Amino acid sequence: MSEITSVFKPDHKALIAYVTAGYPDKTATVNIAAALAEGGCDIIELGIPFSDPLADGATIQHASYLALQQGITPQICLDIAAEIRQIITTPLVFMTYYNPILRYGLEAFCKECIKAGVSGLIVPDLPPEEGLELEKVTHKHNLDLIYLLAPTSTDQRIGTVAARSRGFIYLVSLTGVTGARSSLSPELKGFVKRVRAKSDLPLCVGFGISKVEHALEAAALADGVIIGSRLINLIEEDTSLAALKSFITSVRKALNEKKNTGEV
Amino acid sequence: MPCRPDVSGYFGNYGGKFVPETLMPALAELEGAYADALADAAFQKQFDQLCKDFIGRPTPLYYAEQLTKKSGGAIILLKREDLAHTGAHKINNALGQGLLAKRMGKTRIIAETGAGQHGVATATVCAMLDLECIVYMGTEDIKRQAPNVQRMKLMNAEVRPVDSGSRTLKDAINEAIRDWVSNVKDTHYLLGSVVGPHPYPMIVRDFQAIIGREARAQVLKAYNRLPDYLVACVGGGSNSIGLFHPFYNDKDVKFIGVEAGGLGLKTGKHSATLATGKVGVLHGTKSYLMEDEHGQIMETHSISAGLDYPGVGPEHSFYKDSDRATYVAVNDEETLEGFKLLSNTEGIIPALESAHAIYYAVKMAKDLSKDKLIIVNLSGRGDKDLGIVTQALGMKE
Ligand SMILES: Cc1ncc(COP(=O)(O)O)c(C=O)c1O
Repeated sequence: MSEITSVFKPDHKALIAYVTAGYPDKTATVNIAAALAEGGCDIIELGIPFSDPLADGATIQHASYLALQQGITPQICLDIAAEIRQIITTPLVFMTYYNPILRYGLEAFCKECIKAGVSGLIVPDLPPEEGLELEKVTHKHNLDLIYLLAPTSTDQRIGTVAARSRGFIYLVSLTGVTGARSSLSPELKGFVKRVRAKSDLPLCVGFGISKVEHALEAAALADGVIIGSRLINLIEEDTSLAALKSFITSVRKALNEKKNTGEV
Repeated sequence: MPCRPDVSGYFGNYGGKFVPETLMPALAELEGAYADALADAAFQKQFDQLCKDFIGRPTPLYYAEQLTKKSGGAIILLKREDLAHTGAHKINNALGQGLLAKRMGKTRIIAETGAGQHGVATATVCAMLDLECIVYMGTEDIKRQAPNVQRMKLMNAEVRPVDSGSRTLKDAINEAIRDWVSNVKDTHYLLGSVVGPHPYPMIVRDFQAIIGREARAQVLKAYNRLPDYLVACVGGGSNSIGLFHPFYNDKDVKFIGVEAGGLGLKTGKHSATLATGKVGVLHGTKSYLMEDEHGQIMETHSISAGLDYPGVGPEHSFYKDSDRATYVAVNDEETLEGFKLLSNTEGIIPALESAHAIYYAVKMAKDLSKDKLIIVNLSGRGDKDLGIVTQALGMKE
């Protein structure tokens, strides 16, 4: 069992937080991770900023841009991860586009991830068709390569990802890019059902989840929820991180209270 | 046809489909629909007919006598894509994909544009086929190619300004992909060059290969022989591949791709991807690209918006590594010289993109004997560039 899979337990919905590493700056990211852990996050996803984040909406684009402006590199992200793991035990995964990893070197990057205490990778522009090379290297180093599925995925593709994803499967809740939304997509329920029928892996729903109610709704269907853009917005609004902490705490609390009631 | 990509969409080590999962089924659908269309004689007939009646094909292969005399060496022939409807080769692909989209039952078309030529071509085809049309364009390009923005609007296209990153072609493609991810069910992404994920580099190449097929037949008819050199500018690489590809198996015909040298390769302010780049992944394809040591995509520069792009089509990367083609760079200043030269000697005002190829062809011709034949792809006309050129020349003279 990997560090990531051990997060998923019966009667416990996983809460996964995404933040862009180096936004608003390097030190802040370490404090943000500590706050997220304290608020009850089970996994922290650190985004390695990329110049051309084509699966991301305006919020994460902007955070990535600002992080790059400050000279954040994949190496610095590894350093940040190592620093975070010295103060908290929450599992970390990197979310990054393929080119920065390719440039770093797949072997070298995976090795450094393990050294820094990172447990998994999410690469939004790497479908399983193109992932064989990275899969080989991640398996060798015991890193989980977490694949994504979307509402547009065919049953055949669901089968492929179910067989090859490690840790969990990242379910993109909607047909679109990252970013806060006012409501969850109506396609989500049928989509989760289709994946559930084909996979025993934990299923985590992300993209667009920006309110406590969304988290509850998604958690009733899946094993975990992933919140990203909303957290970036909260960090921007209140750099003391008080707003971030109180939001995460309220999501955690709501998930815990609802855990035995099934559908909401 | 020679040099198809393999089943995974690779030309040798280059190509593939590096896109978000959401788009993978759409790429498969496109691949299927295209295979279907290829096998359908009625589709081919409709495309050919519209090439003739709507685009005005075949475009002439013109003996540039004055230019040839001026350079004093090899014979220079111009493939006149500037005479195609809307004034550039981009219309060949826009028409083909427009018909394909219609066949697939898509009602909404999105496109990116740099110089505005692909945007205009797409808007034109959408007007003709009654399809909704949205064109993403960097704000920097909207400024420098204003006449084309007006043309798109006249044909009822919505031009959406893109203000992120370098505000040029690369960022327009990012936005178009984000739109496609969000609206993939009813939308076709009408990509304008031989870049992006498979099957785009193949589809765009096939629709543009009409340039090379015509040129090959025309040169054989007029000179009873094949040319020695083919010269074309390379942005994403569609006009060049369109010319080169049908000559792929003619091993004595040399291919020369001309990239934008911008302010000079040493300054770092250029778009000479194949000449200076490294292999990486951008916009869904593995190919040469301009990146920094951390894998971030670099900002590029060129006087011509259509060449101002940090990536290049995977088939070109394959041609480069296998030495099938040679890639060179022509800088902004030389381009202006080529622009003036063609205007003065032949009475043809070239697009700034094409002026890169003109300059290099003339330079080459000087050192070649008079019995050698060069075909230059005159990929577009220069009306859109009059503002930039008068400003650039005005500042200097
Ligand atoms: C006239 C003209 N030539 C060339 C290009 C470069 O594109 P490609 O390399 O795909 O032919 C453009 C692109 O906008 C163009 O408008």
